[in-house]
Amino acid sequence: MTKIIFDNVFKSFDSGLRVLNNLSVRIEEGESHIILGQSGCGKSVFLKCLLGIMPIDSGDITVDGISVRDENCYQEYLRKFSILFQGNALFDSMTIKENVIFGANRRNKDRKLCNKIAEEKLLAVGLEERVFDLYPAEISGGMQKRAALARAIAVEPEILLFDEPTSGLDPITGGVICNLLKDTIKSLDVTTITITHDLRVAEFLADRVSLLNKGNIVWTGCISDMQKSGNEFAENFYHASNVISLNKKAKI
Amino acid sequence: MANPLSTLGKYTLNVLSEIGNVSIFAATGVRHCFLPTFYWREILRQIMIVGFYSLPIVGLTAIFAGMVLALQTYVGFTRFNAEGAVASVVVISITRELGPVFAGLMVAGRVSSSIAAEIGSMKVSEQIDALLTLQVNPFKFLVVPRIIAGVLMVPFLVLIADIIGVMGGFIVSTTLLDFSVGSYIAQTIQNMETIDVISGLVKASVFGFCVAVFGCYNGFYSNLGAKGVGDATTGAVVSSCIGILIFNYLLTALFFGI
Repeated sequence: MTKIIFDNVFKSFDSGLRVLNNLSVRIEEGESHIILGQSGCGKSVFLKCLLGIMPIDSGDITVDGISVRDENCYQEYLRKFSILFQGNALFDSMTIKENVIFGANRRNKDRKLCNKIAEEKLLAVGLEERVFDLYPAEISGGMQKRAALARAIAVEPEILLFDEPTSGLDPITGGVICNLLKDTIKSLDVTTITITHDLRVAEFLADRVSLLNKGNIVWTGCISDMQKSGNEFAENFYHASNVISLNKKAKI
Repeated sequence: MANPLSTLGKYTLNVLSEIGNVSIFAATGVRHCFLPTFYWREILRQIMIVGFYSLPIVGLTAIFAGMVLALQTYVGFTRFNAEGAVASVVVISITRELGPVFAGLMVAGRVSSSIAAEIGSMKVSEQIDALLTLQVNPFKFLVVPRIIAGVLMVPFLVLIADIIGVMGGFIVSTTLLDFSVGSYIAQTIQNMETIDVISGLVKASVFGFCVAVFGCYNGFYSNLGAKGVGDATTGAVVSSCIGILIFNYLLTALFFGI
C-alpha cells in the first residue's frame, strides 16, 4: 500500500532558484526508502516540503490520502512524522532526558509515563544513565545523534525521517549509528525515508532508492540495480561514490 | 546614478514595512499570551534570565545614576541657591525617568541581544523546525515566555533600581554634600508622589515588552549563519533601545498631560 505520494511537486525559493522540479515519487508503507543525491540537489528541501515546514508552489504531497496543503488536517498529517535532523536539533536549554520527554509529550500528556518512555528509549539507543541529566553541549556528537534518535522514536511515529544521519561523524561512529538505525527500523516496523549523499549508508539501509538530481527524481529502484540501471546519471553516481571505482573516471 | 528621492522612498517603505511586520509579530505574541498552552518551566526560566540575572547590572547602573544626579543637581542648583531641592530632584528624576529608562536600556543590552542570539541559533541549528515537527507552536514556546518575563520582571527591576538610585543620591548627599540624614529622608518622602512610581512601573512594563518583542523578532527573522545571528543581535539591541526611547516620550506625555 502506498504511504506517501509526491505528485508533480514544484518548489522555488524567493530568489527564483527552482529546487524541486516536477518531482513525483511513491513510497510504500513499511519500506525503507533512501533519497540519494549530491549536495545542493534539493534533498533537505524535499524533507521540509514533506513535513509542510516549507510550502510547495504546486503539485501535491499526500500521506495516507491526507494532503500537506489541507490546513484543517495538517496537525493530523504532521502527527504521523518524526525526524532525526542532520544537526540533531536537540534543545540546548534542556537536558538529554528532558529533550526526549519533550518528544514523548507529543503523544502522551502524562508526565510519569513520558519519563518512563524517555528512559526506555534512551537505554534502547545505547545511552547510559549517567548522560541523562547532561546538556547536549556536554556530550559527544555520536551521543547527541543517539539522543536525537531517542527523541524521534519516543514520538511513536508512523513515518521516520533521517536527514543525513551520519554527517559530521567519524566512520566508526557513523557505522555504529547506521547499525542503530537499521535495528530501529526493523524493531519499529515503520516507513522510513533517509536523506543521504553517502552510498554506503544507502546500501546498508535501503529497500529502495530514489536518486535526486536538479530537483527531480531521475531513477528509482533497488540499490543492487543501480550499477546497471541503464540510467547514465545513476551509474555515474554509483561509480563516483564507490571508492573501488574511483579509477573509472566518473563523469558527475 | 540613483535618484535620491527614489532611494529615500525605498528606504521609507522598507522602514514602514518593518514596523508593520514587528507590529503583527507583537500582536500575535500578545494573542498567544492569553491562549493555552503555557510552558511554565520555560516561563520561569525566562523570569530568572530577565529578572534575577539582570539585577546586578541594573543595580549598579541605578546607584551610580543616583550618585551622579545628586552631585550634578547640587552643583547646578547652588548657582540659584536652590541646593535644598536636591532630594526632591533625585527622587522625582529617578522614579519617573532615570530608573525606568536606564533599567530598560540595560535590559535591552543584556537580554534583547541574548534572546535574538538564542532564537537565531535555534533557527540555524533547526531547533525551531524540531519544535514544529513535535507540534509545538514556536510562538508559544519561545515568544510567550519572553514577553511574560519582560512585562513582569522589568517593572520589578525598576522598583529595585528606584530604591537603589535614591539610596545613591542619599549616600552622596549625606556623606559629601553635608545634608542631614533626617531632612533628606523627610524631603524625599514629602516630594515623592504615587504617580511618579506608578508611571515608572508602567513604562517599565512597556519597555520589557519592547525588549522581548524586538529580541524575538530579530532572532526569528535572522539570516542563517554566524553573520546572520550577529546582525540579529545588533538589530535587537538597536531596535529595543529606539523603541524604549520613543515609548518613554509617548508615555511621559500621556501620564503628565503634556
